[in-house]
Amino acid sequence: MWQRIRALLVKELLALLRDRRSRFVLIVPPVIQLLVFGYAATFDLNNIPYAVYDEDSGAAARELLAAFRASANFHERGSIGAAEEIAPLIDGERVLAVIHVGRHFTRDLVAGEPAPLQLIVDGRNSNTALGVVNYARQVVNRFNDAWSADQGLAKPPARLEIRAWFNPNMESRWFFIPGIVGVITLLVTMLVTALSVAREREQGTFDQLLVTPLNPLEMLIGKALPGFLIGTVEATAILAVATLWFHIPLLGSLVTLYVGLLLFLLSAVGIGLMVSSISVTQQQGLMGAFLFMVPAVILSGFATPIANMPVAVQRITLLNPLRYFLIVLRKLFLEGAPFDVLLPQFWPMALIGAVSLALSAWLFRHRMY
Amino acid sequence: MTRTPDSGARGGALMRLRGLVRKEFLQIVRDPSSIAIAFLMPVALLFLFGYGVSLDSEHVPVAAVVEDAGPDTADFLASLSGSKYFATRIVGSMPEAERELGAGAVDAIVRLRADFAARMRRSDGAPIEVVLNGVNANNARIAQGYIEGAWSTWLAQRAQEEGRAYYVPVQVEQRVWFNSELKSRHFLVPGLVVVIMTLIGALLTAMVMAREWERGTMEALLVTPVRVSEILLGKLIPYFVLGTGGMLLSVAMAVGLFGVPLRGSVWLLFATASLFLMVALGMGMLISSVARSQFVAGQVAIITTFLPAFLLSGFIFDIGSMPAPVRVITHVVAARYFVSIVDTLFLAGDVWAVILPNTAALALMAAIFLGLTWRKSRKRLQ
Repeated sequence: MWQRIRALLVKELLALLRDRRSRFVLIVPPVIQLLVFGYAATFDLNNIPYAVYDEDSGAAARELLAAFRASANFHERGSIGAAEEIAPLIDGERVLAVIHVGRHFTRDLVAGEPAPLQLIVDGRNSNTALGVVNYARQVVNRFNDAWSADQGLAKPPARLEIRAWFNPNMESRWFFIPGIVGVITLLVTMLVTALSVAREREQGTFDQLLVTPLNPLEMLIGKALPGFLIGTVEATAILAVATLWFHIPLLGSLVTLYVGLLLFLLSAVGIGLMVSSISVTQQQGLMGAFLFMVPAVILSGFATPIANMPVAVQRITLLNPLRYFLIVLRKLFLEGAPFDVLLPQFWPMALIGAVSLALSAWLFRHRMY
Repeated sequence: MTRTPDSGARGGALMRLRGLVRKEFLQIVRDPSSIAIAFLMPVALLFLFGYGVSLDSEHVPVAAVVEDAGPDTADFLASLSGSKYFATRIVGSMPEAERELGAGAVDAIVRLRADFAARMRRSDGAPIEVVLNGVNANNARIAQGYIEGAWSTWLAQRAQEEGRAYYVPVQVEQRVWFNSELKSRHFLVPGLVVVIMTLIGALLTAMVMAREWERGTMEALLVTPVRVSEILLGKLIPYFVLGTGGMLLSVAMAVGLFGVPLRGSVWLLFATASLFLMVALGMGMLISSVARSQFVAGQVAIITTFLPAFLLSGFIFDIGSMPAPVRVITHVVAARYFVSIVDTLFLAGDVWAVILPNTAALALMAAIFLGLTWRKSRKRLQ
C-alpha cells in the first residue's frame, strides 16, 4: 500500500514541480507577498498630509501647530490664507486634513476660555478619517495638559491611565502579519490541491488513475500529501520571514504552532480536494477555489473583526477554517497562549478537515464524466 | 471558399470576429464557473461587504472592576453604559477581568480602585485605569478614542452638576467631509466594484486564454484565416460585456440596496470603469500569453492583480502611510487609480483634479498592456 501511495506522491510532485514556471510561482511569490503586504497592511497612519489655516498667529496657536509638526503621525504640506482654499485641497486629495485655528484662538485661551480648533477631514475612507481624528486628539490632549500645567489650572477630578496589553505600542503590523501568514498558507495550499484532480479530469488521465489498483483511500492520501508538504514548507518560510525580518514576537511554543498549522492544512487540503473533485476543468477548479477563498478571507477576521459582523454572519464564520487558524496564530504570536487554551480552535479545524477529505474521496468515484 | 485578398476583407473580418465572439459566449454560458465568477461572486461579495463586514466598532465589550462602589464610581460607570459604543459588564476582581481579556471575552478593562472617591477630592485627581487588548491595534485605538470621549463627557457633566464652569483649553471640533457619519460601508462597497472588475477582467481572462494555449486550440485558431488582432478582439469583447454586467450590477446594488450616495456623474463612472476594464483585460491576456498553463496563469493573476487590488490599492489600507518602496509599487497597480476615482465619484462628486490624472494613468496602462499582449501573441505565431 505505501509503495503505491509513494508512487502517486512522486507523480503528483513531479506534475507540480517539473515545470520551471510552476516551480517559480510556488516558491517566489509567497515570500515577496509577505514582504510587500506586510508593509502595506497597516491601519497605523504616519505622515498624514495636512494643511494649516491659521487666522490667529498668536503664541498659543504657534505652539499648538508646532506640536502637530513635531508629531511623526502628521506631515505639514503648507498653509493657506482663506477658507475658499480648503475645498480644493481636500477634494483633490492633496491633504487628508486641514487644521483651522480661529481668529480669537490665543486671546480666548489666555483669557481662560475654551478655544475651539477646527479639524476638517477627508472622509472618503472613513477608517482613515477616524484615525486622523484620533491622532489629532492625542496631540491636542498633550497640548492641553501642558497648557493647564503652565497656567496652574485645576486638574480634572479623574484622569485616564491607558495601557495596551500584548501589543503595547498598538502597532497594527503585529496584528496583520500573523494574519497574512494564515492567508498566504491558505492560498498556496488551495491552489495546489484545487487543480490536482481537476487537471487530471480535464486531461482525461483521472480515468486511468481510477482503473489502477489504487483504492480511494490511497488515492486520497496520494493527492492530499503534496498539498501538505508544500503547505508546510511554505508556511515555515513565511513564518521565518515574519519573525526574523518583521520581528513579530513569537511568545508561544513552536510545537503548538505546528499542531495548529497541520490541522489547518488538513482542512485547507480537504476543501481544496473537494472543490477539485467537483470540477471537470482546471478553470472550474481555480474558480471554485476562489469562490471559497475570497469569502473565507473576508469572514476570517483578517482585516475586519468578527465581533463587528451581524450575528447570522458570525455563525457562518464557524464553518471557516481560516477563522480558527488566525486566532491560533495571533494568540500564539502575541499572547503566548498555551496548548489547552487553543483546543477550542483545534478541534473545529480537525472536524472540517475530516469531513471534507471524506467527501472528496467519495466524490473521486461518484463524479464521473 | 475562394476570394481575393482584398474583396470583402472587411466583411470577412467582421464575420470572423462574430464567429469568435459567438464561440466565446457559448463557452462562457456552458461553463457555470464563468457565470459564477461574473455574477454570483459579485453579489456574494457585495452582501458580505454591505451587511457582513464593518470596521465600525459598536458595543465594545468592557469589563468594569469597581473596588469601592459609591456614588462617584456609579456615576462614571453610568456614563460608560449609557454610550452605544460600550457593552459594560461589572466583574468582581482584577484577576477575573484579566482572564476575560486574555480569553477575548472583553476588549478592555476599566478599573476604579478602592480609593477612587477619596482621591477625586485631592488636587491631582483619581486615576481611572484602562487596559486594552492591543492585539488588534486598530480596534484598540478606536476603543481608546471612545473611552476618552466618554471620560470627557463625564467630566463636563459633573462640572455642570456642581455648578462649576467646565474648562478644557483647546477643544477639537471635527468636520468629516463626504461621510460625516463615518460609515465604513460607504467606502468598502465602492471599493469592491474595483475588486470585482479586477476579478472578472484579469483572473477570468487569464484562465480562458491560458486554456486555449494549454489545450492547443490556440494553434488551431492560428492556422485559420483569422488574424491575431481578431483573436484578441474576439476574447476582449465577450469579457468586456461580462465585466460591464458585473459593474452595472455592483453599482446598482451599492446605490439601491446599501444606500451609498453616488454624488458624481453616472456617465463618468461608466466611462472610467470601461477604461479600467480594458486595463484589467489587458493584464489578464498578457499574463496568459506569458504563462501558457492555467495553473501558472491562475497563480500569477491572483498574485499580480487580485491581491494588490485588495491590499495595495488604497481600498482598505491608506497608501500614504505605507513605506516609500511599497508606495512606489502601488503606482503600477491599476486598481489604485480606479479606487481613487470610484471613491471620489461616489462620495465627493466630479472632482476633476482627482479624475483627470487617474484616468490618464489608466489610459496609459491600458495602452501598454494591450500593446504588449498584441506583440507577444504575434510573436507566438512565428
